[in-house]
Amino acid sequence: MAAESSPKIAIVDESPIRAAILEEGLREAGFTDVVRINEMQSLLSRIYALDPDVIVIDLENPSRDVLEQMFQVSRAVRRPIAMFVDQSDAASIQASVDAGVSAYIVDGLKKERLKPILDLCISRFNAFAKLQDELDRTKSALEDRKVIERAKGILMKLKGLTEDEAYVLLRSTAMREKKKIGEIAQSILTASELLK
Amino acid sequence: MTTPLQIGFIPLIDAAALIVAVEKGFTHAEGLDVKLVREVSWSNVRDKLNIGLFDAAHVLAPIPIASSLGLGHIKVPIVVPLTLNLNGNAITVSPALHAVITAEIDGDPLDPMATARALSRVVATRRRNGGEPLTFGMTFPFSTHNYLLRFWMAAGGVDPDEDVRLVVLPPPFMVDSIASGQIDGFCVGAPWNSIAVDRGVGRILHFGSDIMQRAAEKVLAIRQPWADKNPQTLAALVRAVFHAAEFAEAPDNRNEVARILARPEYIGVDAGVILRTLEGRLKIAADGTIRESSRYMMLAREDASTPDPLQAAWLYAQMVRWRQTPMSMEALKAAQVVFRPDLYQTAFDDKGTRQTASKAIGAFAGPAFDPTDIEGYFAALQTGHESPEIPC
Repeated sequence: MAAESSPKIAIVDESPIRAAILEEGLREAGFTDVVRINEMQSLLSRIYALDPDVIVIDLENPSRDVLEQMFQVSRAVRRPIAMFVDQSDAASIQASVDAGVSAYIVDGLKKERLKPILDLCISRFNAFAKLQDELDRTKSALEDRKVIERAKGILMKLKGLTEDEAYVLLRSTAMREKKKIGEIAQSILTASELLK
Repeated sequence: MTTPLQIGFIPLIDAAALIVAVEKGFTHAEGLDVKLVREVSWSNVRDKLNIGLFDAAHVLAPIPIASSLGLGHIKVPIVVPLTLNLNGNAITVSPALHAVITAEIDGDPLDPMATARALSRVVATRRRNGGEPLTFGMTFPFSTHNYLLRFWMAAGGVDPDEDVRLVVLPPPFMVDSIASGQIDGFCVGAPWNSIAVDRGVGRILHFGSDIMQRAAEKVLAIRQPWADKNPQTLAALVRAVFHAAEFAEAPDNRNEVARILARPEYIGVDAGVILRTLEGRLKIAADGTIRESSRYMMLAREDASTPDPLQAAWLYAQMVRWRQTPMSMEALKAAQVVFRPDLYQTAFDDKGTRQTASKAIGAFAGPAFDPTDIEGYFAALQTGHESPEIPC
């Protein structure tokens, strides 16, 4: 039955990883008709060719304004889109903007059918942001470790300390100056570079 | 104690007053701690303002009206206590389109009526030859760019919905799109017209001020409940931004302002291009032809900062004219009160001397715009390009 069939969802996202995560989530939830668009050139004609019922776009994407054009009634717009969420549903708007995603319903799809899709996009976007954040922190921790190793080496050589003593000195200085140990290590590297 | 404020902006030269207000300490002097947040789309700025993530925003003048009327999106009452600039746009066409317009032109190429009629002949020839319709880029459905292009074309007898294609493109994509031939022309703000000229892929056909002598372009937008609750903070912000606009416009400060705006966290383009815009001296063609206009972009001069309900009514009339909303007297009134000269005036000690009377829009064609006779205005427009040109 057509009314029960899965709505066609277009994901507009320049981040291929995030789009893949989103698509997987939607498929797991039973939305089988999902298409990804990561090419922003002639976005509108691509969307018309696909003719989706729902369009999901990330908020870092300047092409979001292109989609807003679909509210218009003109020759360029064949199937106008409606509000992306219900007027009364301020919480959904807040949550989606916070998560960095927006969804548009193309004319014809019932609004209540958008809600589960939007909720899923929000949770996947949040999960992606968390992953990204963890990745960034891991990267910077690795970077810090390298810097600390080198700073310890310099302290050991200049002050004749053991490795443990060098680390204790770094740590206590960091605590006293209310800075991160990586920052203290970096200033040692910078200073030693200057004094070369 | 300072009041923290988050203000959203799009990297365009007409965000100058806001950026200068922060960088030159005007907001700090008013006890405000403003954090400017750069955004990538007008939809984002609108949504973040509407849900309260931003306290204020740099937006296209029609957006607060659309939000207040609930057009295209959820209905959120917005007020405008200050106009950030009048004018500042230009219509740029590809060298190929410029050549065919020039070949068809009968009259002064600086006269928008002459170019619009030439465009009409170009469009008719293309149709006869079975060519694809011309495509023009603009920045947002509720934008002055959209309305300027449409006003200009319609005056020459071109139906902007039937005879050409108008497509929304983010400003940073305009230049690449005209270079690749996806669009034949565009209407956008600075610096993008100049960048297209510098790259040799576009020629500035008109300044926006050729079409309208006085058109509200970007405004400072604030949620009405916030404005009602924080009158002191609002007044402080209006003062800071107004004084920054005066600073940015003073010839002696232009070099410094151009350097500030050029920084990567703001607009991130060459300071020389920004300087040309601030001076109103634009290179319009790849051969280096310069055109100068004191009306190109106005920040504080000639009472540019005053929010004028006449401008709001004109923008509403364009929404009606291009079928974005049906005509209603109630909505017209609601649109006019979005622009709040009273909030502007009360921010200053010399409020008595501040000019808040409406000033004419000065469109190059059509009847003079009178919001008290909007039906008469539409009726006069119906007669189209055959009607005599009445200066407003």
